[in-house]
Amino acid sequence: MSFTQAVFEALESLNGNKMRSGLTVLGIVIGVAAVIAMLAVGNGAQASITGSISSIGTNLLFVFSGPPPNGPPGPGDQRSGNNERPLTLADAAAIADPFAAPSVESAAPAIQGNGTITFAGENSTTTISGVTPAYSLVRNLELAEGEFINEEHMNGVMSVVVLGPETAEAIFGHADGVVGETIRIEGQPFRVIGVLVAKGGGAFGSEDNAAYIPFSTAQARLIKRASRDEIDVLFVQATSAESVPLAVDEISNILRQRHRTPIGVDDFTIFTQQDFLSTFATITGVLTIFLGGIAGISLLVGGIGIMNIMLVSVTERTREIGLRKALGARKRDILLQFLTESSLLSLIGGIIGIMFGWLIAFVVGQVAAATGNNFTPIVGTDAILLSTSFSAIIGLFFGIYPASRAANLEPVEALRYE
Amino acid sequence: MDWVIEARNITKTYRMGEFDVEALRNVSFTIERGEALSIMGPSGSGKSTMMNTLGCLDKPTSGEYILDGESVADMDDDQLASVRNRKVGFVFQSFNLLSRLTALGNVELPLRYSGLTDGRRERAQAALEAVGLKDRMTHRPYELSGGQQQRVAVARAIVNDPAMIMADEPTGNLDSKVGKEIVDLLLSLNKERGTTLIIVTHDPYIAEQTQRVIRLRDGEIDSSVEENKGRKK
Repeated sequence: MSFTQAVFEALESLNGNKMRSGLTVLGIVIGVAAVIAMLAVGNGAQASITGSISSIGTNLLFVFSGPPPNGPPGPGDQRSGNNERPLTLADAAAIADPFAAPSVESAAPAIQGNGTITFAGENSTTTISGVTPAYSLVRNLELAEGEFINEEHMNGVMSVVVLGPETAEAIFGHADGVVGETIRIEGQPFRVIGVLVAKGGGAFGSEDNAAYIPFSTAQARLIKRASRDEIDVLFVQATSAESVPLAVDEISNILRQRHRTPIGVDDFTIFTQQDFLSTFATITGVLTIFLGGIAGISLLVGGIGIMNIMLVSVTERTREIGLRKALGARKRDILLQFLTESSLLSLIGGIIGIMFGWLIAFVVGQVAAATGNNFTPIVGTDAILLSTSFSAIIGLFFGIYPASRAANLEPVEALRYE
Repeated sequence: MDWVIEARNITKTYRMGEFDVEALRNVSFTIERGEALSIMGPSGSGKSTMMNTLGCLDKPTSGEYILDGESVADMDDDQLASVRNRKVGFVFQSFNLLSRLTALGNVELPLRYSGLTDGRRERAQAALEAVGLKDRMTHRPYELSGGQQQRVAVARAIVNDPAMIMADEPTGNLDSKVGKEIVDLLLSLNKERGTTLIIVTHDPYIAEQTQRVIRLRDGEIDSSVEENKGRKK
């Protein structure tokens, strides 16, 4: 029997039992659709997260106090030893020095704490950051109105604040026309000098929900640290994305020298954009595999459904098989007949499943868009190829057993079967 | 002589639990090309085993069986399938038509396994015409009467121009009038085409109409009775 003939005959036979074929196909449809949709959601999440990390700027570095979490422990474990020194404003200045660190464009020190902002009875708890003027450059902040913190504010230790749009919204009810108002942060009055442009959710919580005050003011009034010039984090901008590794080396050398740390025991940690990207890529990758795996299980269940139906079908058609053998069908003819049927079931299920999965992904995207999330599920070619080949393999694999059972029936026995 | 079937010392043993049951014991006979004969015998006499063996559905445990010049005893399953396809046309008691297929589709079925690609439809049509179902070709089995269904089965048996037709109780599911028509059809095909006809039956009336009767008893040929018939026709 030729292949096209086998396909034609299989279609004929599947058509003869529409309800059963339809339900079997449904199992595969759900499996494939689930795989496609889950992978699409996973890929979409990954793209959305890496996108938001990238939006921070690919040439950004973060320097924190304290040894790297997975760095080599020093002799006697000096991680919490008394040699450890916090980052200071002087460190920031040294790193910003273009001669000592030519790959560094600028460095913005910051101290951060939570505080309650109040205005006319409305209050909102948010992150208060004490920053220098360089911060707006390093973090690419844009102002919707007003101005950012400048040297004058710094030197004068002035009580001024730049608000994120969400924070402004929370306490004023609107984000425009609030410059010049006076709000209270932890009870102290601050004059609003600017409001930032909305950026959307970031990797470290929303940057829209924040308040920025001059570093000197924060240090003196709001966020007390052990020493006057201690900082929490230093944001460094490298001259370009390519010079990030160079900048890491330069910063490390400067800090090791200044902190006089023993060799191999750093008391600071440098994170690059790349570190974040790869960390999140790992997380979302695991998430995607997890989701895909769960969906794969439903595909497997669909495959078992095919096997089940094919076994029933073989039993039901024992006489037919006996007859076909009596008329001259060889083992491989019968094998081919039943394998074609099971493969067709899974193929049809696969095709419908791809379309259905696509639809689900599309709907998820629409729902996300409607609720204001910047998230688009991505139906990749790899997901389509994966689920199609997986469902084809399942059709073959779960078809083989029933088909070989059919093929190995003795014609005499099969003809006698009632 | 031109033998279609030469059976020598055929023995068929089945294993039933602990015991070996001999369904056929050392049976030897020959059948001439173009002959029409009946195989009779009470239940358990080995009739079915005989039919399965002669029809190449099963192999003898020992002995030699030559069908139309081919020695069947040593063949594997696929070779047997091929022999059945080319040399044997089966007519069953319960018709065994596929209900999804039209009359034409059912008759075409053996040709699908012959590796034949061209002219299948034409040959199937010719076979249906030969059994008098020219105007029922596109009907499905459930749209046909019992007699018509058995005619389709006969057409299916002759479509590949086999060396012999093997009819197992072909009238068992039909009333006597229709049954007679089927037997007449089989006998006329035997005469016109020279296709050897073997009918396995309980019905003495049918057996009377064939040239020879082989009677089986306890897995052996009851030769005393066979001689009685001779070759009247």
